[in-house]
Amino acid sequence: MQSPTYLAEGLRLPTNALDYTILAIYFVVVLGIGFAARRSVKTSLDFFLSGRSLPAWVTGLAFVAANLGATEILGMAATGAQYGVAVTHWYWIGAIPAMVFLGLVMMPFYYGSKVRSVPEFLLQRFDKSAHLLSSVLFAFAAILIAGVNLYALAIVVEALLGWPQWVAIVVAGFFVLAYITIGGLSSAIYNEVLQFFVILAALIPLSILGLKKVGGWDGLTDSLTESHGDNFLSAWGGTGIGDPNPLGANWLTIVLGLGFVLGFGYWTTNFAEVQRALSAKNLSAAKRTPLIAAFPKIFIVFVVMIPGLVAAVLVPKIGTAGSDLQYNDAIPYLMQELLPNGVLGIAVTGLLAAFMAGMAANVSSFNTVFTTDIWQRYVAKDRDDAYYLKFGRLITAIGVLASIGTAFIASSFSNIMSYLQTLFSFFNVPMFVVFIIGMFWKRASMKSGVWGLVAGTTAAMVNYFWIYKQGVIDIPSDQGANFVSAIVGFVAGAVVMVVVTLFTAPKPEAELAGLVYGTKSPGMEEAPEEGDDAWYRKPALLGWGAVVLAALCYLPYSF
Amino acid sequence: MSDLHREVSDLETKSATAARLFDIRRIIGGLFVIYGVIVTIAGVFASDDDLKKAQDVNINLWTGLAMLVLGLFFLVWLKLRPVKPGPVPEGAAPGRGAE
Repeated sequence: MQSPTYLAEGLRLPTNALDYTILAIYFVVVLGIGFAARRSVKTSLDFFLSGRSLPAWVTGLAFVAANLGATEILGMAATGAQYGVAVTHWYWIGAIPAMVFLGLVMMPFYYGSKVRSVPEFLLQRFDKSAHLLSSVLFAFAAILIAGVNLYALAIVVEALLGWPQWVAIVVAGFFVLAYITIGGLSSAIYNEVLQFFVILAALIPLSILGLKKVGGWDGLTDSLTESHGDNFLSAWGGTGIGDPNPLGANWLTIVLGLGFVLGFGYWTTNFAEVQRALSAKNLSAAKRTPLIAAFPKIFIVFVVMIPGLVAAVLVPKIGTAGSDLQYNDAIPYLMQELLPNGVLGIAVTGLLAAFMAGMAANVSSFNTVFTTDIWQRYVAKDRDDAYYLKFGRLITAIGVLASIGTAFIASSFSNIMSYLQTLFSFFNVPMFVVFIIGMFWKRASMKSGVWGLVAGTTAAMVNYFWIYKQGVIDIPSDQGANFVSAIVGFVAGAVVMVVVTLFTAPKPEAELAGLVYGTKSPGMEEAPEEGDDAWYRKPALLGWGAVVLAALCYLPYSF
Repeated sequence: MSDLHREVSDLETKSATAARLFDIRRIIGGLFVIYGVIVTIAGVFASDDDLKKAQDVNINLWTGLAMLVLGLFFLVWLKLRPVKPGPVPEGAAPGRGAE
């Protein structure tokens, strides 16, 4: 089998010693953070959740950075080049409402119940079958995604810097292995915060120069209106039900599928994200984690969308058979065209840092789930804490090696990999329905959890692979089909949960304390820390502020 | 109280992160000051080719200065608002950090 070329030939960057110095300094700092964090790791809780003691601004920036992996950055710039301003949907409706909901509504149950992972919440609320199913699937998916990330890094590094793929895979894998094994989650989170600033230092100059090149925002919109039509620069233009548009989705599937089901499924139940909030130092900081993250998230779309749009102007044929460049090449192409040595080094560093952070987020959530949810719960119970700490370090190393292996497999069987990724993505959908019903309906029975998960996943897959792929119903694009599948999975999961609940036993009320809306968890009456009652730290204000701001951002692109 | 609640609370009292983890502001500040200086110098000595490539903007100079400012901001913030030493939870004082 042959791997498809991800980046075009001829994207080699004119890097020099200055750029490599900047890159080398970064690698030294990354390792330094790992070693410096080592002395703070005394218990397994330090290793897996930073001892639940980090301040909100750190966990908040890590929350947004964990999602700001390079596949996300290159992918969203590609979406911008392909679909235009519609890419903002992935941010303003696909992320912000879900992040605010996580912070304001769900966090008291997550953080207050003291669970250490998302699957552990399912164990407390439902039963072992729901727990085991979600733990095992999450562990597999995390390794798979880490491996795919590593493979993507290797391709980009090969194209931009000329390193052979295996060198990039081994070097990046080694650094991630070293700093997480040594410093645990604190090390991963600190590196994410650093990566957040470095990637912005790369993308902001790139966007500014890109705009200058095409004659500013006016020049950009004029050229794109001429070549791609009005709707390319409008978020909602052409999304009436039945109207054709390149996204293949209408306003209803965007709001319900992307915004409600996919967005909420990802942001509220993906442990790689939620873990950052669980490591905050108190409930107030945990609630503020996704809310603080929401504000940069609102604006990051501009520094990925603008390079995408600029690339669509400079290379009108991008992504078509007539061009060497794929949509994914938008950012590397502009780096090559616009950045002189110096800032170029920052940009290369930012991109590599983003790849490693994307991988590290998966590895650091994998080791937690594997150790506390699988090993400690079902294999080696009741050992002392030092044992689980040691095991956590071991499984981190094994996890990284497994994802290095996955990356090598991906390089020869990339079709299988993308197929598997689609498969796992359907598991996220029913997770959200199970959580939301579990948190708000006391009666939802112990067995309803696992059946909701199974039914929702199956329904989403049947819709995608059979009804859509076999052409039973005509949906214009993969994206559109994805949105519809998510809605189908959500509804099927909800219906099955209700039906199963009617025929099976509820969880004893005493065991639901702190897990369901309207109950209180014991011991959570801790007094708020000094200063947490300042007006700018009020979760409700932050949350609603973010929602209003995202809605306002839509205005200039809606009419 | 559930077993999980007890287990995690117990680990929290033994945790060393709050007391021993360094402050990330020092690292961000230091790295961005170094990067800022390097990139600013590259901007001061920018060649005509560099300027032409970057649309006649001395992007190294501006980016370098901005990074320098960000780095200094973190160092000043650290100086003005150092983290108070981690609170020692009640009843855990003797064991904390000494095992």
